Amino acid sequence: MKEIRIHGRGGQGSVTAAELLAVAAFEDGKYSQAFPAFGVERRGAPVTAFVRLNDKPIRLRSQIYEPDYVIVQDATLVDVVNVAAGAKPEGFILINTEKSPSSFILNTKAPVKTLDATKLAMDIIGKPIVNTILAGAFAGVSGLINPESIKNAVMERFPGKVGEKNAAAIQAAYDLMEEQR
Amino acid sequence: MRKSMVVVEGSYAVAHAVKVCKPNVISAYPITPQTHIVEDLSQFAADGEMNCEYMNVESEFSAISALIGASATGARTYTSTTSQGLALMHEALFNASGMRLPIVMTVVNRALSAPINIWNDQQDSISQRDTGWIQLYAEDVQESADMVPQLFKLSEDPDVLLPSMACMDGFILSHVYEPVILLEQGLTDEYLPPYSPEFMLDPKNPMSFGAFADPSTYTEFRYKQEKAMGEALKKIEEIANEFKDIYGRYYGGLIEGYALDDAEIVIMAMGSVIGTIKDTIDELRHDGESVGLLKVRSFRPFPADAIRAALKNAKVIVTLDKNISIGKNEGALCTEVKACLHNTDTRVPVIGFMLGHGGRDIPMSTIKKIINKAKLVEKGIFVESEFADLREDLA
Repeated sequence: MKEIRIHGRGGQGSVTAAELLAVAAFEDGKYSQAFPAFGVERRGAPVTAFVRLNDKPIRLRSQIYEPDYVIVQDATLVDVVNVAAGAKPEGFILINTEKSPSSFILNTKAPVKTLDATKLAMDIIGKPIVNTILAGAFAGVSGLINPESIKNAVMERFPGKVGEKNAAAIQAAYDLMEEQR
Repeated sequence: MRKSMVVVEGSYAVAHAVKVCKPNVISAYPITPQTHIVEDLSQFAADGEMNCEYMNVESEFSAISALIGASATGARTYTSTTSQGLALMHEALFNASGMRLPIVMTVVNRALSAPINIWNDQQDSISQRDTGWIQLYAEDVQESADMVPQLFKLSEDPDVLLPSMACMDGFILSHVYEPVILLEQGLTDEYLPPYSPEFMLDPKNPMSFGAFADPSTYTEFRYKQEKAMGEALKKIEEIANEFKDIYGRYYGGLIEGYALDDAEIVIMAMGSVIGTIKDTIDELRHDGESVGLLKVRSFRPFPADAIRAALKNAKVIVTLDKNISIGKNEGALCTEVKACLHNTDTRVPVIGFMLGHGGRDIPMSTIKKIINKAKLVEKGIFVESEFADLREDLA
């Protein structure tokens, strides 16, 4: 079983990112589970979402304390939340930032991967919405999910122009991050 | 089976299950974490996907009251609520069961105020234990959805005619995305016949429901409700098997054992924690420990005979409760299990653990800690009942 923890802020689509990864992984032939750790829902507050992927049906319902992978949608969270908590050294922590991995001093043996998803979002989608891009980037670094499946999931969830732009951004993020696998 | 599965939110799977059961009247008031179910249902109704009267009301008390009226006219009726909403319905819940109206309600389990808390535990439905409603508890999203046609079938059975609650853990099941089979319309039509009650409100044949009973007859109304629960007890297994024949899925009827037969320590629980317990048991069994699970699916009617039979080889029984009867220092399942074993030859310790209140997470480590305490019982270290996941810094 592989476990992913997503950190974001309310309104950034962390829960949707988790959902997209679960839908895509299922299309790839895995079993999946995505769920939020809801706080009191308000825009800007730290939000956590979880994804589990497995070869067999998933029964475990607890939150994820030792994630294989961590996705951080907003680098300012690093000062607020212990995003590295329990992160496994074989996995990675993927952060949306214009900074380099070495500029993050996190208490973890897990490698940090970075991507300026906000810039990519502005360039391709025209809005600073990074959740789909980070899903594509995650697929690129991890090799766990087929980017086509993520694009399909996005197109189904957001049909038309919005979906197409997101699909293009997902592919761009995947291509950029595949090199860092 | 995988082929027919889709990854959807738990609430959507339940709303879809309600749709294919073709209810005539739905009335509900939105409340976290039930909201997505009624949003999806009102969308289905607005889009004309359901030939159903969807009544927007100003409170849960009105929602259940509207359904009592609608159900008495012979309509198939559904609602969903949680927590404070269910508490607000309390008075009318007795009316629904006393009038023998087969209303089906999904309870998306959540903690009660005060302090305000929107997260999961099962205090809300447990607190309605004695209202005369059937209560089943679901382990996963598929079971939460599949319970809807099962409960319509059970509630509407002429020998039962009691309202029922399909209980699913708030957020944990209502907001999770996982693979499920959305209930097929064709199979549901085959499984669930239209509701055609013998008695209903009809201007051509006037009658009263629940009007008045003096001391000379009131007792017998209660007696007959209890008898109907006894019928439900027999039929829950039957409807689960019929469901299996048509849809190919089965969760146990009243109870379900897991690694149970030779287990010395048996954990009993209800709801979504079952999955986490199963994974924990797999690990412990791998290490050679004799631990099993008895999932309680039906809390009302309470399957005392089935539980006694299932526990006959147990050396220590552990109950898990996401509720507390304050003043008894134990949860409802614990009390029921102790009571059902009392007049029998099964003289084994029952130890109760309360956990998962107000959304406190239940990781496998909590289950393991509980099992370690159960092992101490054989050494004579015995705790009747306690909170399993107290924060020492706050307690």
